[in-house]
Amino acid sequence: MSEDIRIKKGLSINIKGVADKELKKVPLPKQLALILDDFHLVIPKLILREGDNVKRGQTIFYSKTNERIKFVSPASGIIEKIERGERRKILKIVIKTNKDDSSIKHEIPSFDKLSSSTAIDILLDSGCWPFIKQRPFDIIANPELLPKSIFISCFDSAPLGVDFEFILKDQIDSFKHGLEVLKKITPNNLNIGLSKNQEFLHSQLSKFEKNTFSGPHPSGNVGVQIHHLDPISQGESVWVLRPEDVCIIGNLFKNGEYKPTRTVAVSGPPVKNPKYYKTILGTKLSSILTDIKFDNDEEFRIINGDVLSGKKVKNSGFIGYYNNNISILREGNNYKLFGWIPFVNNNVPSIYRSSFSWLTSSKPKDYDTNLNGEERALVVTGEMEKFFPMDIYPMQLIKECMTGNIEKMERLGIYEVAPEDFGLIDYASSSKIEAQSIVRDGLDYLIKETL
Amino acid sequence: MNIRGIVDKMKTPFEKGQKLEKLYPAFNAFETFLFVPNHTSKTGAHIRDAIDLKRVMITVIIALLPALFYGIYNTGYQYLYQTGESFTTIDAILHGSYKIVPMIAVSYIVGLGIEFAFAVFRGHQVNEGYLVTGLLIPMIMPVDIPLWMVGVSVAFAVLIGKEAFGGTGMNILNPALTARAFAFFAYPTYMSGNQVWVSEASNVDGVSGETILGILAAGNSPDQYSIFDMFIGSIPGSIAETSTLMVLIGAFILIYTGVGSWRIMFGSIIGAALTGMLFNLWGANELMSFNWFNQLIVGGFAFGIVFMATDPVSAAQTLKGKWIYGILVGVFCILIRVFNPAYPEGVMLAILLMNVFAPTIDHYVIESSVKRREKRFHSKLKTV
Repeated sequence: MSEDIRIKKGLSINIKGVADKELKKVPLPKQLALILDDFHLVIPKLILREGDNVKRGQTIFYSKTNERIKFVSPASGIIEKIERGERRKILKIVIKTNKDDSSIKHEIPSFDKLSSSTAIDILLDSGCWPFIKQRPFDIIANPELLPKSIFISCFDSAPLGVDFEFILKDQIDSFKHGLEVLKKITPNNLNIGLSKNQEFLHSQLSKFEKNTFSGPHPSGNVGVQIHHLDPISQGESVWVLRPEDVCIIGNLFKNGEYKPTRTVAVSGPPVKNPKYYKTILGTKLSSILTDIKFDNDEEFRIINGDVLSGKKVKNSGFIGYYNNNISILREGNNYKLFGWIPFVNNNVPSIYRSSFSWLTSSKPKDYDTNLNGEERALVVTGEMEKFFPMDIYPMQLIKECMTGNIEKMERLGIYEVAPEDFGLIDYASSSKIEAQSIVRDGLDYLIKETL
Repeated sequence: MNIRGIVDKMKTPFEKGQKLEKLYPAFNAFETFLFVPNHTSKTGAHIRDAIDLKRVMITVIIALLPALFYGIYNTGYQYLYQTGESFTTIDAILHGSYKIVPMIAVSYIVGLGIEFAFAVFRGHQVNEGYLVTGLLIPMIMPVDIPLWMVGVSVAFAVLIGKEAFGGTGMNILNPALTARAFAFFAYPTYMSGNQVWVSEASNVDGVSGETILGILAAGNSPDQYSIFDMFIGSIPGSIAETSTLMVLIGAFILIYTGVGSWRIMFGSIIGAALTGMLFNLWGANELMSFNWFNQLIVGGFAFGIVFMATDPVSAAQTLKGKWIYGILVGVFCILIRVFNPAYPEGVMLAILLMNVFAPTIDHYVIESSVKRREKRFHSKLKTV
């Protein structure tokens, strides 16, 4: 049974510099890294040390809370450096690659004999498990608790969003095989979210249950899709995966090896030649960024992920584990004389009609990172609801997250949300509050107190 | 040296570890008045909308200006017209300004003084909310109120109405209406009766200061005023509430920019119109049989629902709640007008009453969402 759902609340932000559908293959980078910050709440237990040789797919560390969850090397090489921060907390593991490309082989039973539990075991053993995240809490899934359903959103409605159809086109067989594997785990509840105009995916995935979503961002957010199709109650869990990671899983079950390709779109207003790059997980950014031309020499912000919920990264950094886009913005660290007066500074786009930017609202615009104000108490009420297409009252939930009232957080629907669902609220808030970090802290507090 | 350079130089003594560190919030208010700061997003979304509280508040002030300018003119007009002398528009504006500008000055000096003191004391930034409150308070006072009374009302509103609850965003009652209600109950002789609504009415013989609602409450019919007068606003009343036309211009600005809640405004009109029609059918006294449409354009109704009821902090905070809140404000406004013999204007008390009930409305709106979630949870437990 596939459904056609129209999202009404929300906002599509149109930013200049969307990536052209042009794919460039990046040669094997000299360096790549696993960033621990990408694996929220994972405490790593290292198996390999600095200087050890590592094969592609070989375990580097596992999670202390569940030893079955392994994190493996995306390429063969040497562990060059384990970077630590305060109290010796591991920040990242840098791998110097080599050309021999030796890899770990996994025994894969024939597809008909594959059971749910062996599929899970193979996913855990091969290091593909971290691709599976769970709701509630937006953390790596718990393999001991089977999900009631699995969700994959195959379109990105975020500003400068990537075109998953384009990314999947040349690996569609792996994608389909990956979906078949996931179907072994939840036979009747594999939900694929598509947008209306993805004709290629609609025709290719005719065998699977698909749901079509239309409307503004966040219609592509998997959390919104779950809320409308199979909302999460207390004690339940739903697994979510990103489309390209399903391809990696499909490839693993076909060929028995872990081969984490990563297609990223580099986009943003200052980028002169925005396009897609095909590389591998954790690639050093500089191996891609050297290819990119900027229209001037200002200071830039590089973001792993989209501009609403991505993470800031230095240009000496690495591609994140869970993103298919690198967004680049101009830093907005400049003062604006009397910039708060309505109809002054009309180049700064606004959802309110207090600047003339709405006259050209259909045109893509240049955004920078200026806060356009200072943080204030919550005054304008009702503004968050307009960008939150769930049966949840976001301002009230945020307030309960701040006070840490678990009972009220549960009643107001904390189990259904992830920080990324609050990205638009961050953007639109006239009080300039940090809704995403408040919700993340709320979720972490809930994990600490209840699990 | 450019302005930015001068400001940066002035900023040094207010920075952390310097002599005037404690006064930083006060300096910050001036600095951010001149410049939108260079702060960039640190966590969360990397791009932010151009809107901030300063812009919201200034938009409201712009929306208030037509009503304020007309109020200044009308103050002079009512006085000069009733004294019977010949006068020009300029004379009217001059008389009005002479009366009203000092009230605005007192309101801002007292109110902002308290706001700055609290900001420095509590170490937070000065919130912009008072920019609107400070203009609203003189606009809803009778013109002959003594300046000291404006000052006392402002102090009461800011201290007890707002800061006592934790400052901007936490208050239960609309601060501007709190100021008016305080003046109304503390100094009833100045605030009611028929002597205060026209400038100098108590000093000059032959000037009657009665409002239309006052005339109606006394059991008479306000035949000397046409519907056109009521709509344009050339009638006695609190300073800036008389002109429905000017308020409508303000409402248009608020709705068009997206700053004011159209849900509350339309809800109130629906509530008041329906209640007015019902009373028209009943028609037991002058106020009841007063045409429902005229009810909407006389008195402070239009001003109240556009600028007071829509205060986002003291109104209902959920979108559904805003509808219910708006409708009830309209209903209670007419109810109080008709049934309160002592004081025939209902909008102030109706809004204050609904301010108190707004959290309850929100509670039930949110509870309905919570109930749906719990029902889903329990129906699943059963099937398991």
